[in-house]
Amino acid sequence: MPPFFAGVINRVKSIFAGRKGPPLFQLYFDIFKLLKKDAVYSRSTSYIFQFAPLVVLVSAVCAGAIIPLTGNAPIHFYGDIILFAYFFALSRFFMVIAALDTASSFGGMGASREAAFGAFSELTTFIVIIALAIITRSLSLDKIFTGGGPYLIAKPSIILLFITFFFILLTENSRMPVDDPNTHLELTMIHEVIMLDYSGPDLGLMLYAASMKLFIFMAFAAMLISSDASHGMFVGTALLLLKITVLAVIIGVVESVTARVRLIRIPQLLIVSFVLSVFALLVALFMKGVL
Amino acid sequence: MVFAFLSVAVLVASFLLSLIIKDESKKAYIACLGASLGSVAGLLSFNGNVVFATNMPSVTFAFGIDPLSRFFLLVILGVSLLISFYGLGYVRAQRNLIGSVPFFPLLVAAMEGVLISRDAFSFLVIWEIMSLASFFLVTAEHENKEVQNAGWIYLIATHLATAFLMAFFVIMAKASGSMLFSKFTADPSYTPFTAGLLFVFAVIGFGTKAGIFPFHVWLPRAHPAAPSYISALMSGVMIKTGIYGILRTLTFLGSPPMWWGTLLVIVGVVSAVAGILYALMQHDLKRLLAYSSVENIGIIVIGLGVGVIGAAKGNMPVAALGFGGAIFHVLNHALFKSLLFLCAGNVAHAAHYLSIDSLGGLIRKLPRTAFLFLIAALSICGLPPFNGFISEWFVYLGVFSISKGFSGYPILLAVVGIIGLAFVGGLAVACFTKVFGIVFLGEPRNDLPKDCHEAPRLLIYPMGVLALLCAVFGIFPFLVLPFVSAASMVVLPGLAATSLGEPSLTSLSWISVAFAVLILLTASLFFIRKMIFRKRSVKHAVTWDCGYAFPTPRMQYTAASFAEPVGTFFSSVLKPSASVQYLSGIFPKAENFEEYVSDRAENGFFEPLFERIGRFLLFVRRKRKNTAQSYLALIFITLMALFILEVWFGI
Repeated sequence: MPPFFAGVINRVKSIFAGRKGPPLFQLYFDIFKLLKKDAVYSRSTSYIFQFAPLVVLVSAVCAGAIIPLTGNAPIHFYGDIILFAYFFALSRFFMVIAALDTASSFGGMGASREAAFGAFSELTTFIVIIALAIITRSLSLDKIFTGGGPYLIAKPSIILLFITFFFILLTENSRMPVDDPNTHLELTMIHEVIMLDYSGPDLGLMLYAASMKLFIFMAFAAMLISSDASHGMFVGTALLLLKITVLAVIIGVVESVTARVRLIRIPQLLIVSFVLSVFALLVALFMKGVL
Repeated sequence: MVFAFLSVAVLVASFLLSLIIKDESKKAYIACLGASLGSVAGLLSFNGNVVFATNMPSVTFAFGIDPLSRFFLLVILGVSLLISFYGLGYVRAQRNLIGSVPFFPLLVAAMEGVLISRDAFSFLVIWEIMSLASFFLVTAEHENKEVQNAGWIYLIATHLATAFLMAFFVIMAKASGSMLFSKFTADPSYTPFTAGLLFVFAVIGFGTKAGIFPFHVWLPRAHPAAPSYISALMSGVMIKTGIYGILRTLTFLGSPPMWWGTLLVIVGVVSAVAGILYALMQHDLKRLLAYSSVENIGIIVIGLGVGVIGAAKGNMPVAALGFGGAIFHVLNHALFKSLLFLCAGNVAHAAHYLSIDSLGGLIRKLPRTAFLFLIAALSICGLPPFNGFISEWFVYLGVFSISKGFSGYPILLAVVGIIGLAFVGGLAVACFTKVFGIVFLGEPRNDLPKDCHEAPRLLIYPMGVLALLCAVFGIFPFLVLPFVSAASMVVLPGLAATSLGEPSLTSLSWISVAFAVLILLTASLFFIRKMIFRKRSVKHAVTWDCGYAFPTPRMQYTAASFAEPVGTFFSSVLKPSASVQYLSGIFPKAENFEEYVSDRAENGFFEPLFERIGRFLLFVRRKRKNTAQSYLALIFITLMALFILEVWFGI
């Protein structure tokens, strides 16, 4: 499922560029092709390099199991929202050490940036989480999103949260103003450069994991707009997928019309999202009347 | 109780015996095996109380074990037991360390004594023995100038801290009319001012031992100077006696006011953030680990603060989560931090130096050490499925519960706590990926010595047990929970009814399920991948690196360049000093770039402070003429000062 939405983004971008663009299912073809291939490993790498794609993929899947995509989430409990964030931290940990394992300066560059920007975006993520926890009085993603009907968008704090989370989405998934998913030979790249030395099935797993992560973040953002659990499982899921598609289109548009910011500017961008999230939190506190 | 005394007796006996024995290898065996034997005996001890009355006025020796000290006993002696085997192998390989090894069982005995003593007098005496024993262990390689310096700083720091503790216990004893802890607890009728003052004294005195910012300055000096098994012992368990002290203090002072919790949360956040930032900027492996201890102590103190806030507001679930998380993290940090220091010991033994920027690719030479380090690094970052996650989760949950259950300014405090914790979590990942990636992965940056080899089994097995415990306590936190909640109940007797709360128990079982899913999925994918690759051809080539034909190890990212984005971002706080020489001319010569971050607590706080004190004392000395009158004048001034203290403040 997830690679389809990456295809949507690419299609929107190619329409903007006046190209016909690859098929919507291109990423599936790529992944299947890669899974059938042989592999080449650098002599500098160790088993960490080969083990990392598995952990990255599995932790993305586990994080996905915590959000309520269809009906209730498979894994849900009081405080699962922290586990959600830490699963992504686990995947980041392995991405970074895999990049350092190649002994390449490019890999080190990507690793260093991923670690630094990841730390900043994790901070913002937690503020979003605490704001959501205060608004909904719950610490479980399942409760937050399926708790009480389509009420979320109506609140100003949620609009701010949505904007913030959209920033996080772009940062965490190495999308446009932060990182350019199309470049292979540029000094600003973060995510691409981490995967530079991967080949064959491992690359396929990494690509799939990346699209999975994008999908989960888009689903999270979509559920911030409104929760559809009240429509029943079938309609709810359909609505969710529709919203994710719309989000994918928006991401495509954003990627087409904005330029990537200079690397030294990225922390400023992250601070903007941090400040916005703190603002959202304060608004949420005021609305609750606890401050 | 009998076993505790037996254990102390064994430890002290092995200290004395190994001190007088001349033969080196016998000395090492007696000290280390004595430490193991003593630890085992101590682990068997159960709750109890003993009081020895003496003929001296107001001196009564009391000893006892309650669930709080039992928990710390299990942690400290368990880790000491494992380290004793490692230590034996370590000192046998490095003969120059054998001179100091008798102090190892003494240090273990002193830590045990601190935990079981129940009166101020024996507590302070044993506390000093603990400081001195660790001082002799830190200065094991006393020929080295830097080690001497570190030893002095440690000695001064620990004695200043003890001065605060003395004041603390003297005021306490005056107020309750006895030196016994049981009397302290029985009658908590201090004025709010006295109680507050006592609390601040305790936080400074015990906090220095624990390594709270800005009293942590001795940690990053003493840990690199000490032999690795001693750093593991000190950073893993000895600094936890400071946390024990703060917890014990809380049992004395009755129900705490809100501002104590606020103080602890803020101190904790500052320690955690400063610790991890400095850790990220370090170039020496053991210094980095020392700063990371400051960070983890910060997390523990945040937990304590949350617990105190819960206690102050009578919100038992919050208090349970806070104290529970803090106490749980004591155990977890003891496990993974000692494991990390032991790994550093293996690295130092194999490569002969610990400068991160010169190491690299050690995973091929030291595969077991690398694997163990990876597990410890994952645990210390609080990543699933290891134990660090569980305790951090408790602390997070505690802070979140504040934001849910209260209104007004505790919420802002909760927000500060969450921001601190989240930020520390992200930076910890950056810090430990840096260490693991630069030290163990990639290519060696300098030539490794020819005899670079993996540590022998005697060293690896105890480390394996530590790593195993990290995993087991991550997946089955229930094993520890009864001990943790029993210990929290000592701190806050009202906790009994709610314990660690029903919701967190169901949550914990869900976490176990999630961890099991994570492990099973990874394992099954791993085997599927193995099956697939059996039929594929796998080629090995040089790193692609966008077509670079001859990448050299020197072209790799270094630890300094890895940490650069964060360092630049925080340059206004960290104030890195760099020596840059720009290339010039058509054929530039080789140039150096060096960046160094010095500790601001040391440069900006303690150095000026001591300088001023020094100047004042010099002034006093110049005024004083060596006559009886001037001495009498000084004595008179001191007496007047004490008198004013007594009359005005009533302490």
